[in-house]
Amino acid sequence: MKILFFGNLREQLGTGEIEVPLAPGTNNIADLLEALKQRGSEWQQALSTGSLLYAVNQTMATQSTLLKDSDEVALFPPVTGG
Amino acid sequence: MITIAVQAADFDTGQEIRQLQADRTDVGGIAIFAGQVRDTGDKPLGFMHLEHYPGMTEASLQQTAEQAEQRWALIDIRIVHRIGDLLPGDQIVFVGVSSIHREAAFNACEFIMDHLKTHAPFWKKEYYRDGSTKWVDAKQTDQQRYARWHQHN
Repeated sequence: MKILFFGNLREQLGTGEIEVPLAPGTNNIADLLEALKQRGSEWQQALSTGSLLYAVNQTMATQSTLLKDSDEVALFPPVTGG
Repeated sequence: MITIAVQAADFDTGQEIRQLQADRTDVGGIAIFAGQVRDTGDKPLGFMHLEHYPGMTEASLQQTAEQAEQRWALIDIRIVHRIGDLLPGDQIVFVGVSSIHREAAFNACEFIMDHLKTHAPFWKKEYYRDGSTKWVDAKQTDQQRYARWHQHN
């Protein structure tokens, strides 16, 4: 599964994209966030903010959105365009 | 017709308006919003960097424009949003809407901007002249403006 990070979150994690296999037990965005937090203290800290937004296959998603291995997931802070 | 452009290059507001007028006699009016980089913070701004999510950005703007079309009787919608490094005073965004009557054009233009501000995946980072930087925070007032369009009366 491809996971993209944008904005301040990308800088905090030091990467804009990772590729990880969908682990057994990772069914939705909430599960994925918990799994990513295990990657280290920067990840734990950066992903614990309550204001993060999620997209699955370039459509806004929620913590309960179900995932499959072929999905493109994106995690990012609130948007500030315009 | 909906026309969306996400680009590093500058755009010509006059040309965008002429495109909305082009070869039509049923257009009663055009409402536009033209946004630019402002330097009004505590520290002088050197430039602003606009990051986006290629693919989702265009899809998000398209979806917003389609929602506006469903809500009001519109003729054409043109949205241009710039990315990359922009200087104070540079243009960032253009939203133009043509319709038969002004109410639809005014409303749709504001609706599109309120949705763009809260949903289109763009992120601004400010680079100040003293060398420091800051990611721009999302504003609660933008969320409130967006929510107005979806209140059930």
